[in-house]
Amino acid sequence: MSLQDRLTELRDQGLADIKSADVLKKVNQVKVDLLGKKGPITEVLRGMRDLTPEERPKVGAYANEVRDKLQTAIDHRREELEQAAVNKQLAAEKIDVTLPGRDVPQGQPHVITQIITELEDLFIGMGYQIVDGDEVEEDYYNFERLNLPKDHPARDMQDTFYITKDVLLRTQTSADQPRSLENHDFSKGPLKVLSPGRVYRRDTDDATHSHQFHQIEGLVVDKHITMADLKGTLTLVANTLFGDQFEVRLRPSYFPFTEPSVEADVTCFNCNGKGCAVCKQTGWIEVLGAGMVHPRVLEMSGIDPEVYGGFAFGLGPDRFAMLKYGVDDIRNFYLNDVRFLSQFYKKG
Amino acid sequence: MKISYAWLRDYLKLSLPADELAEKIERTAVEVDGVIRPSEGLKKVVVGHVLECVPHPDSDHLHICQVDVGEADPIQIVCGAPNVAAGQNVIVALPNSWIGNHTKIKRSKMRGEVSNGMLCALDELGFDEKLVPKEVADGIFILPADAKPGEPVFSYLGMDDEIIDMSVTPNRGDMLSMNGTAHELAAIYDQTPTMPTVDLTESSDDLADDDLDVTVQADEHDVPMYKMRLIKNVTIKPSPLWLQIRIWNAGMRPINNVVDATNYILMQYGQPLHAFDYDKLDGGKVNVRLAKAGEKLTTLDGEERDLLPTDLVICSNDQPICLAGTMGGLDTEVTDQTTDIALEGAIFDAVKIRKTAHNHGLHSEASMRYERGIDHSATQTALDAAAAMIADLGAGTVANGTVIGRDEDVQPVVVDITLTRINHVLGTELTADAVADIFRRLDFPTTVNDDTFTVTIPARRWDIHIPADLIEEVARLYGYDNLPATLPTGQPTIGKLNETQQAIRDSRKLMESAGLTQAISYSLTTETKAKAFAMHASEVTKLDFPMSSERSALRLNLISGLLDDLAYNIARKEQDVALYEEGRVFFSQPEQVRPKEVEHLAGAITGSLVPAEWGVAAKPMDFYQIKGIVAGYLKSLALADAVTYVASADHADMHPGRTADIYVGDQLVGFVGQVHPTTAKAYKVRETYVFELDLTTLIALPKERQQYQPISKFPSITRDVAMLIDDEITNAQVVDLITSKGGAHLQTVKLFDVYNGKHVPEGKKSLAYTLTYQDQNATLVDDDVTKAFEKVLSALTEEFGAEIR
Ligand SMILES: [Zn+2]
Repeated sequence: MSLQDRLTELRDQGLADIKSADVLKKVNQVKVDLLGKKGPITEVLRGMRDLTPEERPKVGAYANEVRDKLQTAIDHRREELEQAAVNKQLAAEKIDVTLPGRDVPQGQPHVITQIITELEDLFIGMGYQIVDGDEVEEDYYNFERLNLPKDHPARDMQDTFYITKDVLLRTQTSADQPRSLENHDFSKGPLKVLSPGRVYRRDTDDATHSHQFHQIEGLVVDKHITMADLKGTLTLVANTLFGDQFEVRLRPSYFPFTEPSVEADVTCFNCNGKGCAVCKQTGWIEVLGAGMVHPRVLEMSGIDPEVYGGFAFGLGPDRFAMLKYGVDDIRNFYLNDVRFLSQFYKKG
Repeated sequence: MKISYAWLRDYLKLSLPADELAEKIERTAVEVDGVIRPSEGLKKVVVGHVLECVPHPDSDHLHICQVDVGEADPIQIVCGAPNVAAGQNVIVALPNSWIGNHTKIKRSKMRGEVSNGMLCALDELGFDEKLVPKEVADGIFILPADAKPGEPVFSYLGMDDEIIDMSVTPNRGDMLSMNGTAHELAAIYDQTPTMPTVDLTESSDDLADDDLDVTVQADEHDVPMYKMRLIKNVTIKPSPLWLQIRIWNAGMRPINNVVDATNYILMQYGQPLHAFDYDKLDGGKVNVRLAKAGEKLTTLDGEERDLLPTDLVICSNDQPICLAGTMGGLDTEVTDQTTDIALEGAIFDAVKIRKTAHNHGLHSEASMRYERGIDHSATQTALDAAAAMIADLGAGTVANGTVIGRDEDVQPVVVDITLTRINHVLGTELTADAVADIFRRLDFPTTVNDDTFTVTIPARRWDIHIPADLIEEVARLYGYDNLPATLPTGQPTIGKLNETQQAIRDSRKLMESAGLTQAISYSLTTETKAKAFAMHASEVTKLDFPMSSERSALRLNLISGLLDDLAYNIARKEQDVALYEEGRVFFSQPEQVRPKEVEHLAGAITGSLVPAEWGVAAKPMDFYQIKGIVAGYLKSLALADAVTYVASADHADMHPGRTADIYVGDQLVGFVGQVHPTTAKAYKVRETYVFELDLTTLIALPKERQQYQPISKFPSITRDVAMLIDDEITNAQVVDLITSKGGAHLQTVKLFDVYNGKHVPEGKKSLAYTLTYQDQNATLVDDDVTKAFEKVLSALTEEFGAEIR
């Protein structure tokens, strides 16, 4: 048998062996057997010594060709088998992706915090400072400096927890406003503050009353602040909390620390103003009190009301949350039932 | 204040629906609680004429009546009222009619006799029992003789009226009267109101001064005005129906002609009046003064009251007979036997009346008006009008003249305001004419000089005395809807959270991402709970006059509130609860009433943070998990000083073996641990882990100045050590020793195993650590590391007797 024929035979036999190798190990064995240093091809090449110089290059070239062919076939087969193995493994690893994912513990902010945060951010964007006053306040700041002297009939509107005759739990976060007013340096620009926080009233807890609740009060004082500015600001508040399509209407009211005083109503979000049970068929919901700062309040803080003026407003996040989410009992906010708290999922 | 629409029409030409009128009042003046329609929901209730009334044969109190209800044949109705009689006009609820309280009346049989409906009393038509005149309370109501059988009864009882229920703010006391409301609506609708006139005839024979002697000892501030009139030979009897209707539609009970007349004038003018039985006054001597300690007075409601030195009292011959402006005395009350009336018209100080009403718990229509102010210019008119009305209704005569105890020269207030100022404050561009027109509608006499309006405020609007008050008048009558909506202009300001506010917000987010949900608990709690878990000793700030002991003291800690929250959830079958709270606690300060308010952050976890899931068991909360949460949080604060945890058995409410105080450097900042099982039981919670941190202190502590550390290019080498060591020796001690003996290249010491189970001798435990060595500047030589490591091992052996394994 000529060397060429021998090579051809080895090639055909090799290709057949490669094809029939059904596991990687066998492919590797074929490779070692055929192409290894002691393999038949090497042996053939050794036998070339006996060939004529003319034949040598031909057989050499043919031997290389056979070797390459076999190598390619081995690589190919190897890939095939590897792929098959991967496919087999993947098939074995198939899972039910509809099974629930593993819980990662995640808490959430209280719904009232959500509302306060939302409003804080709105007002920070408009250049307001956030002010946290004390919850235990002097009667003088909570009432008298807000134009509510002792024995003022409007004090009936706010039943108060007293610690002593002169010290009380604040009934309004605006208790801190006289301090803001007297500490502000108006040469550095207007005073714009927002005071969110806890307040207390001497009320028996029931579905609509809580002895502890929250307030957010705002105050702006500058040389030229108008009631139209107040209306525009309150409209922004309503749009932020309820949505852009909501209107604000003002109507007369009374607070000793503002004059004129107004109550602000917002289009009922439940019926869009058509009238429903939530708004008692009026199409409007009362959401906050506001007004132009009373000249007496400015005077008592050493500010000339002839030169400076401003507006103030106050709203209750508890009431907002009740309206916005249809919460029917204010006590829910302070019982901290996780089934309640977890309903208001939102980033802080 | 309940305003009868029918009564309003005496003053103004108004034809719009009551709802629209109410809406207008609400948008322009004061809040309206609603429109009351007394006949709403009532149907087929008609006038009936009793033709025949015979006793029911099978009953000792029922009557069988044949009643003409305007139809061809009379109908038979069985009636149990004691006052039913033939010839009366009565209220008939026909078969299938609707009466008060959503009650339907059907044809029925009563003891064998057919009853085609029912004869009604006022309360059966839905009248509040408190408004029904006493003399008709026990029987059916008898309609006037001219009532037409078959017609609906409503117009005969004023039930066809519409009543606007206004919620008058304290500043608008002027609207607590028909006159004041009429003036207000006249301004709103630009009408000239027809105000009531007084038609008083005084007797030429009697001079009031001859019979009454009035002196006011109280000062002019407390009693600026005190007047009396005398009405003689009055017959006390029920008022005519028209007056009763006005009284009950105003929400008051008709009493008799004299009391009703004073109440009618009160409603009309807003001026409280008081009628005394003249014969009960000692010789007509009346004096007004402050009460003296120890004096007593039995008021109309039959209660004997201890008078206070702040109470203004009316006296007869110096004996108190009436609490001024609040409630009359029983002894001088007008009764059916009264013939002569001494009628008081006075002004009392608002604060004095407020105190008296408050101290004696006597809030009346009169006291409410005195507290909110009275039209000083109308007192005499109201007194005259009431005297005339009493004389008219009781067929008496008014003695000549008013007896003046004190009079007052009432001067109108004049306020100047400029057009510029109005537009400056409102943000409007109103013209001078537009503003002048508003003052004209208000009927405020005004003169204009260039930009300035000089406005004379009538005494009936005592709430107005400064320019801001006038701006409000302009704004509300111009209409708030017409104001533009703008935002403040002027110098821009920077808005941002301060460091504390930002830290609080960040803290909340970190707690939430660790799996805790924010709670907001009550700051007021019991004294015991307020003190529990307190980080350091402090007096509790207590309410002076709490409503209950449950809410009587300000908390010194947040944990007790969170435990209450946990208990609430556990009672509702929620086993896994993780809550945190951020809020104030209140530590007492020496020599001060006001406590120091400190921001705290606390957490409480019971059950598992991640409950059992398919294929994974629940991992119950333990000390190390909550400590991990706290440690992770503290790490985020980048504190300059090291955080250490020191075992503490000093917290009475905490597990003595599972609680650590937390220090930053030498500063105590909080604690973490397990709630004492006894305490947990008392709070009705299961095994619970908690922490409380002083946020105010943490925020103030120095922060690490953060700077980039180059990452070493050279490889690190690790060595593991496992040892048997006495139980008493803590991980912290071991780590400290390893760190101090570790040499320059020791980077980290990490605990990787704690074991005290099988094969560990009693009183010992097995600890295992990985020590990581690295050099910033060179590759470490193995031998050097081995040397350093062996130093650590021998230190552990020598100092702690550790048995290296
Ligand atoms: Zn609605």
